Amino acid sequence: MTSALGSAPTGRDDSRARPTPTRAHRFRWARAAGTGWLYVLPALVMYAVFVLRPLVLTLQYSLYDWNGIGVARWVGLDNYLTVFTDSDLLKIIGNAIVLIVFFSFIPVALGLLVASMVRRITTGAFGTVVRTILFLPQVIPLVAAGIAWSWLLSSNGLVNQALRAVGLGGVARAWLGDFDTALPAVGVIGAWVLLGLCTILLVTGMSKIDPALYEAARLDGAGPVREFLAVTLPSLRQEIGVCLTVTIIAALASFDIVYISTSGGPGLQTTVPGLEIYRLAFSQRQVGLASALAVVLMLLVLACVLPIQRLSRGEKP
Amino acid sequence: MNLSRREQLTGRVFLIALIVVTLLPFVSMLSAALQPRGTVPSGLEWPSDPQWGNFADAFTAANMGALLRSSLLIVAGVVPVSVLIATMAGFGLGQLRVPGGRLVFGLFLLGLTLPFEAVVTPLYYQMQDLGLLNTRWAIILPLVGLYMPFAVFWMRAHFTNVPVELSEAARVDGSSTWQLFWRVQVPLARPAIASLTILMFLWTWNQFLLAIVLVDDATKRTMAGALGAFQGQWGTDLVLLCAGSLLILTPTLIVFLIFQRQFIKALIQGSVKG
Repeated sequence: MTSALGSAPTGRDDSRARPTPTRAHRFRWARAAGTGWLYVLPALVMYAVFVLRPLVLTLQYSLYDWNGIGVARWVGLDNYLTVFTDSDLLKIIGNAIVLIVFFSFIPVALGLLVASMVRRITTGAFGTVVRTILFLPQVIPLVAAGIAWSWLLSSNGLVNQALRAVGLGGVARAWLGDFDTALPAVGVIGAWVLLGLCTILLVTGMSKIDPALYEAARLDGAGPVREFLAVTLPSLRQEIGVCLTVTIIAALASFDIVYISTSGGPGLQTTVPGLEIYRLAFSQRQVGLASALAVVLMLLVLACVLPIQRLSRGEKP
Repeated sequence: MNLSRREQLTGRVFLIALIVVTLLPFVSMLSAALQPRGTVPSGLEWPSDPQWGNFADAFTAANMGALLRSSLLIVAGVVPVSVLIATMAGFGLGQLRVPGGRLVFGLFLLGLTLPFEAVVTPLYYQMQDLGLLNTRWAIILPLVGLYMPFAVFWMRAHFTNVPVELSEAARVDGSSTWQLFWRVQVPLARPAIASLTILMFLWTWNQFLLAIVLVDDATKRTMAGALGAFQGQWGTDLVLLCAGSLLILTPTLIVFLIFQRQFIKALIQGSVKG
């Protein structure tokens, strides 16, 4: 997972009232403001040098045809044109979008199901054990998850062993190597990584819901489904927003799992933008095209995440 | 109530199923890691004669001593500096409310959803120009920058909620801003700082992309990056690969189990904050 766990602006109110400034006061605050900048500066410098500058360079590279060593040739928007017309690159972007179903929708939907089942039993020793175990996939390197699942899904891995045991040996295959199943198989790994996080976040959110709401719903004769739709779901808007944000970013910016489990194959079946940027920039030496794809990826993330932020926070009660 | 007891039961069954699914990959890896070397392990199969020695072999093959040292050096380079400068910036933006602070904060927010892939190529050339490729600095310096959006966001959220009156009282007592920061604000911010430290540690330790792009020598990478190289080298020896992977993820597991309460709290807050 990247560091983008957090989400967009809070719009927290900054205008806390200060005492009416006297002249001496004002002087002191002005000086404090000057010193204040010294506190912000180190972080800003690191950010500017190692994020903003590279970001601007990515934009610049994306307008050139450059092999990383020789002379760069200005090509304008040609690289972007290639990104949007090249069937391989479109397929790669499509793969990332398919992965959203597995990395995001499945963990959130399953997480909601599990969380509403376990709403009341996360306290006590059992609760601690459950939380600890469900968090394990968040704590280990994604690379390790990739290795573990490559083994699980391999020809003589556990999944096929289980299938053979129940007489479905005919279905058994090398899941990550098969053209039809490779992408969903990668998706399953992502779902495994993110399910625990979503579940715990949703359970935490549910524990904050006023029990009176449930009692009221029951008195009105609501069954579990109705109760879920009328009480749980609306109260969890913000948590669901967070889960979707985190998991969609994980899907679109996926790299580690794919690199380790399939390296993008078979063919281009599991190649994702992150992997293609890496390949284009460092093996194919097509820095310009890689950068254009990077810009598109960035915009894709924003296009998915910003509306969710708006929806989940927009009308705060 | 009967209903609630039945709910409890279904809840437990669901949770246990989830736990089994979560643990299965680890158990399966362990069962493979204990098979005799050179055999082809299958699925989940407890070996008749578990080869615990495989772990010793993997320890040597993975060069674990060097990897641990390298990861610790990188963490030591990234975490204290990130946490310190982010705390200072959070203090400046959230407490001192520097003029133009909103603009600067907006600039930081810009990076919050940034995929690392978007900047890794220019970072490569930047590190090359600085002559830092293949050194740990090539991972440390960019990571500090890349963590700033989240870290500043996190610390600012804390400092915004500390009453300004507190700072004013300290000023009236004649303390300088620096004293105010260290003596009053930092001690108060301890829980926020602790959570941030945990997250930074975890993300640094597990950082993969920067490690494989910017550093060729696996013994100068993070644990995750080293694991990638290990897979490349021993990918065909499944027994050793599983043993090595388990070894490489053990340090995080240990740290996690010791601090699990704080870890979970930090991860939950880390996601929800904002």
